[in-house]
Amino acid sequence: MTVETVGFWLVAAVLLGSSLAVVLTPNLFHAVLYLAAALVATGAVFLLLDQPFLFAVQLLLYAGGVVTIVVFAIMLTERLVGERIRQTSRHLINGAIVAAAVFAGIAGFLLQAPPAGPRPEQTGDVTASIGRALVGPFAVTFELLGVLLVAGLIGALYFARSEE
Amino acid sequence: MIGLSSYLVLAALVFSIGLFGVLTRRNAVGILLGIELMLNAVNINLVAFARFHGDLTGLIFTLFTIAITVVEVAVGLAIVIAIFRVWRTVDADRLDLLRG
Repeated sequence: MTVETVGFWLVAAVLLGSSLAVVLTPNLFHAVLYLAAALVATGAVFLLLDQPFLFAVQLLLYAGGVVTIVVFAIMLTERLVGERIRQTSRHLINGAIVAAAVFAGIAGFLLQAPPAGPRPEQTGDVTASIGRALVGPFAVTFELLGVLLVAGLIGALYFARSEE
Repeated sequence: MIGLSSYLVLAALVFSIGLFGVLTRRNAVGILLGIELMLNAVNINLVAFARFHGDLTGLIFTLFTIAITVVEVAVGLAIVIAIFRVWRTVDADRLDLLRG
């Protein structure tokens, strides 16, 4: 048992447990906190795959940004309605069947796929390579992402504006 | 050593759990949380493939997906708040204005 193996199973357990909690807990606020745990666990998976830069991005944008936004949205809506919003679920059996079928489909595809080779050694500084690629071959996409962020900002402001 | 397929199975499980949440939640915010889980599973897949094939493109793609998801959540929650102001509910079953 290497450190990587133990780490993987530990992270996998945390990720699956908190993901299940996100979709099953009746309290919406708790669901967001479990989502934060799941997002940090995903970041840990990136770390296991030798990508510390993506881990940092995941923590900053997802666990930091998304969770904060969702918590604010819940607080605002609960304040407007003046009561705690209960999270109820419906069609639990049907949902479980569909989700299991999708998983079975993916697993069947994975079983048919030829086995992947061993993990290659990582050479050089990946973060520097990512930075160079972002201003090189992916420069246009990178700029478009900036446009999308501005559009999202304006859209969110438009929807959340005050009535008058 | 943990192989590529372990990461792919983990991602598939998270994706299925997220799908289950999207299908069963009544609350619009809960549905958004399920979508978040599904997008996360996709990111795990992208990074795992990029790492095992020694290709940088998957990592760049992951960066783009993360940024796009953040925008999606911000606009999605703004829509939820706007809907909530008008109808006083975030129950997706009762938001059937566009039903034919």
